[in-house]
Amino acid sequence: MDFKFAPAPESADIADIKATYGLFIDGKFVKATGGKTFTTYNPANSKHLAKIADASAADTVKALKAAQSAGQGVWKKMSGAERGKYLFRIARMIQERARELAVAESLDGGKPIRESRDFDVPMAAAHFFYYAGWADKLEYAFPGANPAPLGVVAQIVPWNFPLLMAAWKIAPALACGNTVVLKPAEQTSLTALKLAEIIQDCDLPPGVVNVVTGGPEVGKSLVNSDIPAKIAFTGSTEVGKYIQKQVAGTDKHLTLELGGKAAHIVLEDAALNQAVEGVVNGIFFNQGHVCCAGSRLLLQESIADGFIEKLKKRMRTLVVGDPLDKNTDIGAINNKEQFKRIQHFINSGKEEGLTVFQCPTKLPDNGYFIAPTLLLNAAQSSRVVQEEIFGPVLSIQTFRTVDEAIEKANNVSYGLSAGVWSEKGSRIFNITRQLNAGVVWANTYNKFDPASPFGGYKESGFGREGGVHGLHAYLKINI
Amino acid sequence: MIKWVPIDQSAVDDRIARITARSIKGALKTDLLKLAVSMTDLTTLEGKDTAGKVMQLCRKALQPSSLVSVPPVAAVCVYPSHVKTAVQALTHSSVKVASVATGFPSGNTSLKIKCDETKRAVGDGAQEVDMVISRGKFLAGEYAYVTDEIAAIKNACGRARLKVILETGELGTLEHVRLASDLAIAAGADFIKTSTGKIQPAATLPVTFVMLEAIAEHYDKTGRQVGMKPAGGISTSKQALHYLTLVYEVLGQRWLTNEWFRFGASSLVNDLVLQMHKQQLGTYYNRDKISID
Amino acid sequence: MTAARIEVLKTYKLFINGQFPRAESGRVMSVRDSKGKLIANAGKASRKDLREAVSAARTAFSGWMNKSGYNRGQILYRLAEMIATKKLQLAEELISQGFQRTKALQNIEAAIDVLVYYSGWCDKYNQVVSTINPVAGVHNFSSAEPQGVVGIVAPKEGLLGMVAVLAPVIAGGNTAVLVCEYFPLTAITFAECIATSDMSAGVVNILTGELKELHPHIASHQEIQAVLFTGGDAATKKSMMSAASANVKRFNDWSRVRYLSPKLYHLTAFQEIKTTWHSVESGITSGQKY
Repeated sequence: MDFKFAPAPESADIADIKATYGLFIDGKFVKATGGKTFTTYNPANSKHLAKIADASAADTVKALKAAQSAGQGVWKKMSGAERGKYLFRIARMIQERARELAVAESLDGGKPIRESRDFDVPMAAAHFFYYAGWADKLEYAFPGANPAPLGVVAQIVPWNFPLLMAAWKIAPALACGNTVVLKPAEQTSLTALKLAEIIQDCDLPPGVVNVVTGGPEVGKSLVNSDIPAKIAFTGSTEVGKYIQKQVAGTDKHLTLELGGKAAHIVLEDAALNQAVEGVVNGIFFNQGHVCCAGSRLLLQESIADGFIEKLKKRMRTLVVGDPLDKNTDIGAINNKEQFKRIQHFINSGKEEGLTVFQCPTKLPDNGYFIAPTLLLNAAQSSRVVQEEIFGPVLSIQTFRTVDEAIEKANNVSYGLSAGVWSEKGSRIFNITRQLNAGVVWANTYNKFDPASPFGGYKESGFGREGGVHGLHAYLKINI
Repeated sequence: MIKWVPIDQSAVDDRIARITARSIKGALKTDLLKLAVSMTDLTTLEGKDTAGKVMQLCRKALQPSSLVSVPPVAAVCVYPSHVKTAVQALTHSSVKVASVATGFPSGNTSLKIKCDETKRAVGDGAQEVDMVISRGKFLAGEYAYVTDEIAAIKNACGRARLKVILETGELGTLEHVRLASDLAIAAGADFIKTSTGKIQPAATLPVTFVMLEAIAEHYDKTGRQVGMKPAGGISTSKQALHYLTLVYEVLGQRWLTNEWFRFGASSLVNDLVLQMHKQQLGTYYNRDKISID
Repeated sequence: MTAARIEVLKTYKLFINGQFPRAESGRVMSVRDSKGKLIANAGKASRKDLREAVSAARTAFSGWMNKSGYNRGQILYRLAEMIATKKLQLAEELISQGFQRTKALQNIEAAIDVLVYYSGWCDKYNQVVSTINPVAGVHNFSSAEPQGVVGIVAPKEGLLGMVAVLAPVIAGGNTAVLVCEYFPLTAITFAECIATSDMSAGVVNILTGELKELHPHIASHQEIQAVLFTGGDAATKKSMMSAASANVKRFNDWSRVRYLSPKLYHLTAFQEIKTTWHSVESGITSGQKY
């Protein structure tokens, strides 16, 4: 017999995608002024999914004003306990519509259904649950600092975890008493709009959450408006720097969750087979479209060759293909630009003389797919070691001593995350303390939790999301 | 020299979570259910076993179902005193007779008695011997004792294949499971096996995964193939499919035959037959139609 | 009647890496009293002096951050002692630069008290801001770490102003470049206190000079991780914030913060939160869940 997985696709119909979606402003779905729309596509087959309203500058102002008056009116007067109950409601309704949200997320973004079903959606609900409970307890988070909401918060999220990022942003903002205008990435607006439907169904007062869809111009008009007291952005370092520049001279609060180039260090005394698993989770999770992806593997020279063999063997069992198939490990690259960018980096690695290993797997004929890729013999000076690729591409370097590993790990402009594998506790803590990164995973990788703060050092941004520290980003505290 | 191999349990769990998320459908499911039947060591290891019980079990081994077309199981596994009965019942069939030996299930008896018991079982016609390791000695760090004992039993087996039961439920950690696997393989085991079925937990996917890794690495190093037998606690088709997926992903297609992989189970076959029946009928089944043996 | 003795005057230089070099450009700022009489020529730092200071601060960073909180606390306390012994000199210098006599002494004493306050925080703040995060199956904790080199624009508040912005930065393990446009004589005498306080070279570097000349370089220097801005005009603030984006600098505008009253939140403003996850073994029986 031949061990070959039969197709096991989720039905696309479950996603229940409408033909058109409006902007969500002041509790209602409305057309963009001027009636402009754009199309969202399934990156796995380039098929058209829905038409989405393309917000004009006037729409953005409308949304911000709706948030402003909701904030000054009903939301400000509401007790924390009542605010919290709305968040609990939203969490519950996300759970109730979990399957639909998961399928929609996979259709629109190309990620494997296993991940959207088992990670993105449950984690989005978990964030609302977690922050719901904080809404009436904020004075315990910042003793003596009289925490108060900031006001209107403009939030801009990327395409890699569309629903989850929306939840990361909206839940703490609301718990802290702010009102929100959210802009999803134009490549992946669907689940944010479904979340808006949920918010509408939960009877959240109109204007407390608004969703404006469209391209970078929408983001710009949010950032440059006088109304928001705060901008919260997750995305590339390049755009983050642009936003930081734009708000210069204003009193707008700002948090940035930007790119990363995490070192994933495997020491010779590690549980090597499990480190292989960690490395696979670290780089191939969500096609590597993860800002905290463990994209630079640092192997101790004494175990490097054997480790690479084990890694290749493990990679051969990864299933690349239809995102909706339950057996798919690696889905479609989210969009055409990113697909080209990743190809460009792989070629750049080749040109720099690195050895490229790609799984000999048959990729689907349509859509944007890239086989899991290793770039071997990389050096600290390689472009693929210094720049964020944001795809299923892992560069591999070796080191001889722990100090050398730490030095190499820190020798990039990013500082979001890092990982280390060793069986020796004292060595682990020596390393985790010295790594310049906001999140460090030891003997595990790419784990997330609403109670766990997330955010970067250096050019990976500032501010934390998640946990008690995540509240700080949405409160005025009296210093 | 056997090296201590560190194992991180939480990452093992991550891997197993991925295995259990695999969806097995269609032709592959049909094939694997059939394969699982053919890999089963149908087992009765009770104090109240009788010749009658063993003979009925052997019938079931030859023909697991009258409803669906299924292959016979791989072997029947009995106490040494029932080997002769089983051999008689299974003459001229592909079904092998396996016997537990070596003071099963505790293994707390002298090496001489263990060897004698093994020789007697083989002499009575057992083609496979399922021995238990001395867990007390293992946990006390007397690895040479454990290895030598396995080698001695292997020697006593002659041409019979030796399955070495680690009784992983008593070993405490996955590192111990790995170490015991490496010792058993080095001492000449033809199969390594998780459990006697008398201790909880018996076979689990994480434990099996660690044992499969030991087999894979030994094969990569030496080219010698060693078989695997999870035993105890596997009673549903779904579990069986998880195990087979695990074997495929860790060891590859080469191990997906009853020469190299077995399930030690008593009720699993019934559930496999139920599922195959359901696949044929397209409707849900009636348990009364499945033999209870 | 004998002739009056000729006083020996002090040369005020910069404070970089534990040394007192002259300004690289050889330029000075004339400090005059209220009657216009020259009191001293203070060094006028250039961007190259800033570069040297940042370099010293970066080198000193890992040693300073890795000192135990207890040790840093002792050094800050020692610095308070050093200021106390020079209280009168510091007061006289403030007076010569325009302070009223009573205000001058109060300013120095308040500065001492602020240092003592932050000295006490050194081995405690992390106990207040760290958390063990309740995440299943792992040991997950968050704790504070310093950001690195902090560029500080000192306010026009005498020694108290300098100490109130510097102490929370260094108490948390950062190193600093303090730029003092005002009260340069006080700044350098303060530097002498630092130099005799057991603090390693480079932890604090003090540049006297003009903000309008130095601010673009503070804001754009890629090895400065954070800026503390305490005043100045809107255009300077905007230009600094804008340049700070080049390396995603943490920009702290304290123009409306009451920094003269010390607070934990002034210290934690210069901390990063690092979250560490470690897997936790759950025993062989846990495999039964599959």
